[in-house]
Amino acid sequence: MKKVKADPKGVLTGSHYLDGDHSLAEGGLAAGCRFFAGYPITPSTETAERFSERIPTVGGVFIQMEDELGSIAALIGASWAGKKVMTVTSGPGFSLMMENIGLACMMETPIVIANVQRGGPSTGLPTLTGQQDMMQARWGSHGDYEIIALSPDSPQECFDLTIEAFNLAEMFRVPTFVMTDECIGHMHEKVVIPPAEEIELVERKWYTGPKEKYLPYKPDKDLVPFMIKAGDGYRFHTTGLTRDERGYPVINAECQDVCVRHLVDKINKNADKIIKLKEEEIDNAEIIVISYGITSRVAIKAVQKARKAGIKVGTLRLITVWPFPEKRIKELAKKIKAFVFPEINCGQVVLEVERCSWGQTQVIHVPHCGGWVHNPDDIFNAIKEAAK
Amino acid sequence: MTEIRFSGFGGQGIIRCGLIAGKALALFDNKHSTMTQSFGPEARGSACSSQLVVSDDRVLYPYITIPEILISMSQEAYDKYETELRNDGILIIDKDLVKPKPLRGKIKMYAIPSTRFAEELGNRIFANLVMMGFFTAITKIVSPEAMKKALPGLVPDRFLDLNIKAFDMGYDYGEKILKEKKQRKT
Repeated sequence: MKKVKADPKGVLTGSHYLDGDHSLAEGGLAAGCRFFAGYPITPSTETAERFSERIPTVGGVFIQMEDELGSIAALIGASWAGKKVMTVTSGPGFSLMMENIGLACMMETPIVIANVQRGGPSTGLPTLTGQQDMMQARWGSHGDYEIIALSPDSPQECFDLTIEAFNLAEMFRVPTFVMTDECIGHMHEKVVIPPAEEIELVERKWYTGPKEKYLPYKPDKDLVPFMIKAGDGYRFHTTGLTRDERGYPVINAECQDVCVRHLVDKINKNADKIIKLKEEEIDNAEIIVISYGITSRVAIKAVQKARKAGIKVGTLRLITVWPFPEKRIKELAKKIKAFVFPEINCGQVVLEVERCSWGQTQVIHVPHCGGWVHNPDDIFNAIKEAAK
Repeated sequence: MTEIRFSGFGGQGIIRCGLIAGKALALFDNKHSTMTQSFGPEARGSACSSQLVVSDDRVLYPYITIPEILISMSQEAYDKYETELRNDGILIIDKDLVKPKPLRGKIKMYAIPSTRFAEELGNRIFANLVMMGFFTAITKIVSPEAMKKALPGLVPDRFLDLNIKAFDMGYDYGEKILKEKKQRKT
């Protein structure tokens, strides 16, 4: 894995007062994104607007597409042409992207997609928050595949984790999602953008061998195949059909097994390298509050109150939501009385906690249908209940 | 921790008020500040507001719950938001545009003809900056230096001087009012 420093051209070094949407754009530009294709949708439009203003000044391209299907198609093409690429959307647009997200997975194409989640289903709550697309990010397209999804808790992390998302997308040749939400997207806070030389980027694994020997889908030791730039003179073929190492369709169960198993293994077997968690006061905890994104901040309020009431509570924040930290949850489930899991949906990521707990501990979900963040007291009451 | 609501009607620069104060606090006064704003139809014409949570530590809950400070630059916004102001809070109004009800609890009210002052400067568009100056003097929550440093990038460059002038006008008026109140007490 080759690491390089960020191109100073795209890095707006300094302290800023930005909302999450704008920070997503700055994160992308700092990560070297030079191609953005998207279709505006509330509450993510500000990201696209900022890209449209800024990306031409750093030698990049902004295209407003005809729709979100086209957005992902354009990203796939530009990524194969050698660019780092990104788009942004929210609920309804995310649904429209699903077909081509599957294609990007099958073609093992690095792309970054930010979803500024709003309340759904359907048109739902355009201007109000939700965390209801978490399962859709994982499995919204048909077939078996794995992706990577990160969840920022602030405008600052919208910047930081977009860079991280680019690094992971490039490292694993996979669509990577920054799953933020309307609350963070529209919330202004201080965002510190470091100097370019302090931003470390992962360079795509370029193939350098003899032209006639290039195989676009032959896994390397780390399971990730090498890429070339389309148009650089390499013969290459790619398709949405089940394919062999050469990228040519082979329509049988044997090839399907190799191809799909590879797509899944590439992420799952590298999960330890990908997953980032933030744990606090876990060691003596009887209760652990698991959360992600904006909800993790609101949860701390409840945790502080519970600690004052004498309850031993730890916190675990999923910075990476997908792949899910299965191993860690299994370990913790053996030691504690209960997990408490607030999220702004009726029960999505909590299903994974329940699965990994294997009945060894209680899992108390604190649902919220969207439109606002939790009342910290609802989380506190769940902690109190769990401690009984 | 302090919770503040800036309110008025869409077009008065209410969101900008939240941005300026939020930026001043977070970048130049070494505080944590989280600014949220009303979106949707209410932000475009009728009562509109921006909210600021200010704290020495990280802001966890991003929205205001029971604000200590309410700034109202329109009657509609005042009617809509006055009820949530804390019983011992500070109410700041544009005195030509808001007719307040009798004060409840220990609420302290401060009034300024911010729109009239701005018109004296040549354009009512500066009313929000007059109000920001007044707010800065009255509440002392943010320093006037930080507020002025926050302006570049948030107001058009060619109007920076006029915006600073508007700010000073409001600030001086605020200081004067505080002094008068003090004198009346002694």
